[in-house]
Amino acid sequence: MPLKRKDLLGIEPLSVEEINLILDTAKAFKEVSTRDIKKVPTLRGKTLINLFFEPSTRTRTSFEIAGKRLSADILNISASTSSVVKGETLIDTARNLEAMYPDIIIIRHSRAGAPHLLANICRASVINAGDGAHEHPTQALLDAFTIKENKGQIKGLKVAIIGDILHSRVARSNIHLLTKLGAEVSIAGPATYIPVEIEKLGVKVYHHIDAALEGRDVVMILRIQRERQDKSYFPSLREYFNLFGLTLERLKRAKKDVIIMHPGPLNRGVEISSEVADSPYSVILEQVTNGVAVRMAVLYLLMGGKYEEVVS
Amino acid sequence: MKKLLVKGGRVIDPANNLDEHLDLLIAGGKIAQVGKQLEDKEAQIIDVQRLIVAPGFIDMHCHLREPGREDEETIESGCRAAAAGGFTSVACMPNTDPPNDSQSVTEFILKQAAEKGIVNVFPIGAATKGLLGEELAEIGELKETGIVAVSDDGHPIYNSNLMRKALEYAGMFDLPVIDHCEDKELSAHGVMNEGYYSTLLGLPGIPAAAEEIMVARNIILTALIKGHLHIAHLSTKGSVELLRWAKAQGLRVTAEVTPHHFTLTDKEVCSYDTNTKMNPPLRSAEDVKAILQGIKDGTIDAIATDHAPHRKDEKDVEYADAPFGIVGLETAVPLALDRLVNKRVISPSRMIAMFTVNPATILKLERGTLSPGAAADVTILNLSEVVKIDVTSFQSKSRNSPFHGWELIGRAVLTIVGGKVVWPAKSLT
Repeated sequence: MPLKRKDLLGIEPLSVEEINLILDTAKAFKEVSTRDIKKVPTLRGKTLINLFFEPSTRTRTSFEIAGKRLSADILNISASTSSVVKGETLIDTARNLEAMYPDIIIIRHSRAGAPHLLANICRASVINAGDGAHEHPTQALLDAFTIKENKGQIKGLKVAIIGDILHSRVARSNIHLLTKLGAEVSIAGPATYIPVEIEKLGVKVYHHIDAALEGRDVVMILRIQRERQDKSYFPSLREYFNLFGLTLERLKRAKKDVIIMHPGPLNRGVEISSEVADSPYSVILEQVTNGVAVRMAVLYLLMGGKYEEVVS
Repeated sequence: MKKLLVKGGRVIDPANNLDEHLDLLIAGGKIAQVGKQLEDKEAQIIDVQRLIVAPGFIDMHCHLREPGREDEETIESGCRAAAAGGFTSVACMPNTDPPNDSQSVTEFILKQAAEKGIVNVFPIGAATKGLLGEELAEIGELKETGIVAVSDDGHPIYNSNLMRKALEYAGMFDLPVIDHCEDKELSAHGVMNEGYYSTLLGLPGIPAAAEEIMVARNIILTALIKGHLHIAHLSTKGSVELLRWAKAQGLRVTAEVTPHHFTLTDKEVCSYDTNTKMNPPLRSAEDVKAILQGIKDGTIDAIATDHAPHRKDEKDVEYADAPFGIVGLETAVPLALDRLVNKRVISPSRMIAMFTVNPATILKLERGTLSPGAAADVTILNLSEVVKIDVTSFQSKSRNSPFHGWELIGRAVLTIVGGKVVWPAKSLT
């Protein structure tokens, strides 16, 4: 079965079948990364562009490695080296890249909807690698992949997402994905970080971390963005840690086999204590490993690849 | 000027409580006679059977961009767009460059309009110097030159003391103060309505409260002093309720609504189409319902376009970076006929009043009626014609409309200004 869409702009528009297809394909690709020679010829001759308008190490590197392991040619453009600094519009940048016939453009941008703008004008497939506070679909897919590896299935699991939900594209994509696959999702954070009417996305909202942790199978901690500190969302990092920081003591409320996830980069001692981050509960580095497999699957499927062919 | 005999139409003149099949004789730029079976051998006959003959429509809130942004619109192109859309008069906002806060700018606008405009142009003056909200503009002098209201347009008068003084001072000249009601601290960096869809789309929201707080403050100020407050482009359920309350108290408060705010909801933003971005933003379905109710029960006085032309390249950017605003002069009448009249929210007469006698009364214009002796501004409507909105055929210099491709029922087919057919260029006969 191929993925019948040109672009991957978000999780919200995906069906359960499409999500499972990507996760199943990723499982098949994960093995490639463990080989001595970590390369398959699948996307030989394809050109991928990593177009990053925001700083990123993890996601950009992960896409680059995924592309290279599929034998694609991949190049990186970051905002500081692009024409943006000369005042070129996103549409003009996209048209110029398009004129060089890339097959996939992977975009990270601070503005929600920027990948949609690109997708509307490009023949190339567009992958959203994070747009503002909107979506970060490959992060949610790699999170789901990691949960499935640890828990067998997603249906029926109790998941808590804790932190700055308002500005988090990771939270939105995960809420869409996990609710579609039948998990029970709750979110927690200071009231200033909870977007209005979020309950309509099928989640339960908590303002106390202890209640949010009670009986959870999976706890996702979101990064507190220090650069947003001036906007009075909470009084101090110290108070934030006291109220919402994940500690081993607090974690006792969750299930004994709980897994702790974080999209990175970590602020140790702000949203998560070092003891938790480095504990056996933490699957944070597994997430990073799985990111490559999931992105290989996405690249492969968007280029018309079929699941059956990977398995065979 | 040739006499015109507008024959066989259904004449609706809400100012005179008139709705019957009558003929209209126009001579010397004035309405000469309204009656049955009129004859005049010298007059050019305009056959308007099965059409509606209404007083010329007035758009009390538009942006003609001249002086300063002639790349987006000029007084000439804006007037052509108005005529094509069925408007015979427009009131233009002062947020030009330089802003209309001095007699010379008002004079310039009136001069351009007289020379190049094919409809009547009524300038709205700045309430405060430079639209800065710091000190009052020379409202008395502006009034002498010809302004019909004062407003700081997109810059709400934040200082309550200054707003009070603007209402008091403008009140001396019987000028309404038109306020764009928005608490800018609360709307902060918002780009769309705050609600389910802003949460879904990850776009910063503008809460309804940002509008309602200022509507409430302004209404309370109007209770304190004498003065006429006019609320621009009201967009929320709470604003409608506050306005209803103010009117029940007998306060001198009026309000307008735009066609996009009674037609579209914030769900439209899901496309990330920057032509769904305006301020106030498209609101929730519940707000739209309350606005339709406010139109139905007469709480809302007028329909205005908030015509805001922007160049295509300015709008072809990321949603958050695009300027607010859409063009409206060439879609307002089809939207009002389709959404309000054909969907039976209000009668044709009520809808016509919202475009004619009501804005004329708010701005104290001697327009908006077909009484004999009045200026011969006439808008002819076809209630049943299907119109497909095509931005490429707009007379406006700008194309930023979310209604491209929409099919609507009803439009203005003929526009007469001062006894002269200005649109279409070739008359029906």
